[in-house]
Amino acid sequence: MDSLPGYNYWIVILLMMTGLYVVMSCRNLLKKIVGLNIFQASVFVFYISIAKVSGGTAPILKDGIDVYSNPLPHVLILTAIVVGVATTALGLALIVRIHGDYDTIEEDEIEAEEPEG
Amino acid sequence: MHHHYVLRVVSKILIPPILLFALYVQFHGDFGPGGGFQAGVIFAAAFVLYALVFGLAAAREVVSDTVLRIVSALGVLLYAGVGIVNMLKGNNFLAYNNLAVDPVAGQHLGVLLVEAGVGMTVGAVVISLFVYFSS
Amino acid sequence: MLGVTALAILRAPGLFTVVMLSSIYSLLSAVVFVTLDAVDVAFTEAVVGAGASTILMLAALALTNQRRAKPTPISPTGLIAAFLMGGGLIYATVDMPVLGDPSAPATLHVAPRYLNDSYDEVGLPNVVTSVLASYRGYDTFGEVTVIFTAGIGVLALLGRGRRDRKSRRKASSEST
Repeated sequence: MDSLPGYNYWIVILLMMTGLYVVMSCRNLLKKIVGLNIFQASVFVFYISIAKVSGGTAPILKDGIDVYSNPLPHVLILTAIVVGVATTALGLALIVRIHGDYDTIEEDEIEAEEPEG
Repeated sequence: MHHHYVLRVVSKILIPPILLFALYVQFHGDFGPGGGFQAGVIFAAAFVLYALVFGLAAAREVVSDTVLRIVSALGVLLYAGVGIVNMLKGNNFLAYNNLAVDPVAGQHLGVLLVEAGVGMTVGAVVISLFVYFSS
Repeated sequence: MLGVTALAILRAPGLFTVVMLSSIYSLLSAVVFVTLDAVDVAFTEAVVGAGASTILMLAALALTNQRRAKPTPISPTGLIAAFLMGGGLIYATVDMPVLGDPSAPATLHVAPRYLNDSYDEVGLPNVVTSVLASYRGYDTFGEVTVIFTAGIGVLALLGRGRRDRKSRRKASSEST
């Protein structure tokens, strides 16, 4: 793992780009939301991998342990996870309402119906 | 789900420990991993399991819409209330040092109340999300 | 394994499969968090990602009655955007610190103060909780407000009166 510099970041970037591609190219609205979740989760992995200190343990204070991992990114990511689920819930509610109006959740069918409706 | 006896019996056995585990995670957040958010979602998961196995109407009888709305608003109010009490006592917003006799006990009390507020709001909101999505 | 799951989500046509794969993705990232010493985050991600998110997506699937997504053509703008951004990001990681470096700037700025003074000032062994609720309590207040707003938003979107719009639309198109 130490031989190739930054290789853990490359994996995260690959995941991020997959998520971005899913959001941009998939026509189905539910798949877009799932792609957004992939993107978010890969960003979390990125932040947590920055926080790790080699030889450290989880940031819970205990006698006899000197080196801890950095707790600040953990806090930020906790907030980000909860905000992510809030966004997902709202997006899914929007999808349900869109389906109620147009009877489909494929983007091109919705765009085709727009000039008429 | 009348015929799925295994599901009904197993969930009847499992739901109380899930609720207990949620409370344990909530209050043990000071000493190990845990805290308000995890506890709230686990608490909501117990109710979701009950609704899935016994039907939405039965779950609605246990927890009505009004209760959910009041509890979720109460959580946010509790958090803001702790902050405002701090301001009334002369400190900054959400600086817990003056809540009790000495600063460390004040911090303990502040963290406990704040995490309780977070847990209440998160639990109530996730249950109500499920209820809105399934009706 | 995370990469395989992400690519499978991209290619899978059945929507139920996609939701299950996203739940697996959340669970795998929770395992990765445990490997990276982030136990609180792993707990939250496992509970929220593999629990709440999956339940909500399944409920949305049940409400919209869709089984398969239409096969999507490969979009050139998406590919170009992904490659450009990926290339830029990889170029940026050349200067980044090695994984686990104890002298990285992220570890030296505020974190030692939190780790050293947390027990004296707050008195809780779990540093993440003390930072979350005491040192950065204002951010947590904002987060509680965000999730409360999401609850209100879903109430506004899916509360009572949801059926009326569709039947109103049908009634108006039948009468004209």
